[in-house]
Amino acid sequence: MRKKNISNLFKYFILIVMAIIFLTPVYVIIVTSLKPLDEVSLSQMWALPTSIDFSSYVHAVKELAPNFMNSVYLVIPATLLSAILGAMNGYVLSKWKFKGSEILFTVLLFGMFIPYQSILIPLIQFLRTIGLYNTIAGLILTHVVYGLPITTLMFRNFYANIPDSMIESAKIDGANFLGIFRRIIIPLSISGFVVVAIWQFTNIWNEFLFAVTITNSDSQPVMVALQNLSGSQIVQWNVQMAGALVAALPTLLVYMILGKYFVRGLLAGSVKG
Amino acid sequence: MEQKIEKSTRVEPSTPIKKRRKISKDQMVAVGFISPSIILILIFVYGFIGWTGWVSVSNWNTLVPDFSFAGLKNYIYLFNDYRFQADLRNTVFFTILFIGLVIIMGLGLSILIDQKLKGESIFRNIFLFPMALSFVVTGVVWQWLLNPSTGFNQFLSVFGIQPKWYTDTNIIGGFEWGSIEFGLPVAIIAVVIAAVWQMTGFSLAMYLAGLRGIPEELREAARMDGGSEFQIYRRIVLPMLMPITVSVVIIMAHISLKIFDLIYAMTGSGANFVTDVPGVYMFETTFRGNYYANGSAIAIIMLLLVAVFIVPYLITNRRGDK
Repeated sequence: MRKKNISNLFKYFILIVMAIIFLTPVYVIIVTSLKPLDEVSLSQMWALPTSIDFSSYVHAVKELAPNFMNSVYLVIPATLLSAILGAMNGYVLSKWKFKGSEILFTVLLFGMFIPYQSILIPLIQFLRTIGLYNTIAGLILTHVVYGLPITTLMFRNFYANIPDSMIESAKIDGANFLGIFRRIIIPLSISGFVVVAIWQFTNIWNEFLFAVTITNSDSQPVMVALQNLSGSQIVQWNVQMAGALVAALPTLLVYMILGKYFVRGLLAGSVKG
Repeated sequence: MEQKIEKSTRVEPSTPIKKRRKISKDQMVAVGFISPSIILILIFVYGFIGWTGWVSVSNWNTLVPDFSFAGLKNYIYLFNDYRFQADLRNTVFFTILFIGLVIIMGLGLSILIDQKLKGESIFRNIFLFPMALSFVVTGVVWQWLLNPSTGFNQFLSVFGIQPKWYTDTNIIGGFEWGSIEFGLPVAIIAVVIAAVWQMTGFSLAMYLAGLRGIPEELREAARMDGGSEFQIYRRIVLPMLMPITVSVVIIMAHISLKIFDLIYAMTGSGANFVTDVPGVYMFETTFRGNYYANGSAIAIIMLLLVAVFIVPYLITNRRGDK
């Protein structure tokens, strides 16, 4: 028993050391962002603030607020639309398989892994042509389309767990394709929708490449504004830290409240098509 | 594609004799349901890749589109380009270090967390939360933590060492290769640290799910046979986790090959391009320099590199699924 205690102590020791290392950036963000301007110096990075001062947050929020709202207007419709389309595709690809549907699914899945640089120039030309360049709507369209593979994959795997016998007996009872979708599949999909929505919300909120190339100035999402904030020489780094926390807050909150579903999305998106 | 779908028939598992029967109305609705997505993907993924490929062999290297055929000129230019050679070198070392560390950290931590210790969910949450952050946030924060004049260096000064982190221009073990020095760019280590901090949670979650899937009886039986804990892990657990390791390597490799935001936010190209990667080069040359054809060529090379990992993975993964 004693031997076991010592080994447990050792395991705790490693875990605690690693946890402290993983949390250091959080410490620095919080401590720095709460310091008054005259205490923000490179040599005092690790010191606690002598008094709590929210002026960096006021400054950061003032800088980021319009872009933060852009992200909100982007992420909500994009998440909902891609989840709905994913559910529709997943339903067909799991319960109404047809000849070639498996190959079609693989063709779809490949879109999940491509570097988006390889479609970016045509995409921008296309968005310019249809008048959606430099608009939130253009970004919504982009995220919905390139979100299709992952949302389809997640829903397909989710629906694979719904027994086929349920579908078959509904068919015998005379339910058609849409009836089964509405009355059986959708009511059983609530947790699937939560997983997919959290995943898409996090990804779209955090995305940068599309955001920085498809929009400029007024319609830019918050991550681009944060990057501009940190790139500008005149902005103090306490403001950058406050800005980083403000920009990260929505996804962090979702993770804290619904972390279980977040992890399920993470696992669902990675393996087994 | 459409054509193919209409000709096909649904396979009815219960009535295989009726295999060639007429397509039901429901079946047509199903195909109609999925067609918009398929068409979107065919255009936005495959069509646009083809379009980019076309730009990459054109002369469009100014603000004005010029689709005249240039052959492989842009590719040849890139492979002789100092910056692109540096990018390939950096990508190689970034990928190796990043994947290696993410695997080791994720595996190690998941084994520790899987020991039924008290508070395991707290530890799991701490190691996983960076996954919820944007690479931009990670970059902004870590550029200060690994800033040579502050951050971790204030602790390290106790030991009398002051690494220059991402500002270091040294190349370890360098030898002449094309126009660059091939070796490990010290500066890339700083970026790797930030990336590993962010992505360890992914491999941790994957391994943890894998460990939970290994029946306890299996380990119990090995213990009865007198196997030590170390042997049990080496002989039984690790081999059983192999498919997960493959998945993690592939997923991390594709993230690493297309990485852009973390490096753009944290360090940029760096002096002598020590932290530059194809993703950053593509962005800058296309959208800041208007070298669209060169940018497209970089994008196509990135796509091919990713495809080398992804295509075999997708095919085997999908086969195993059936």
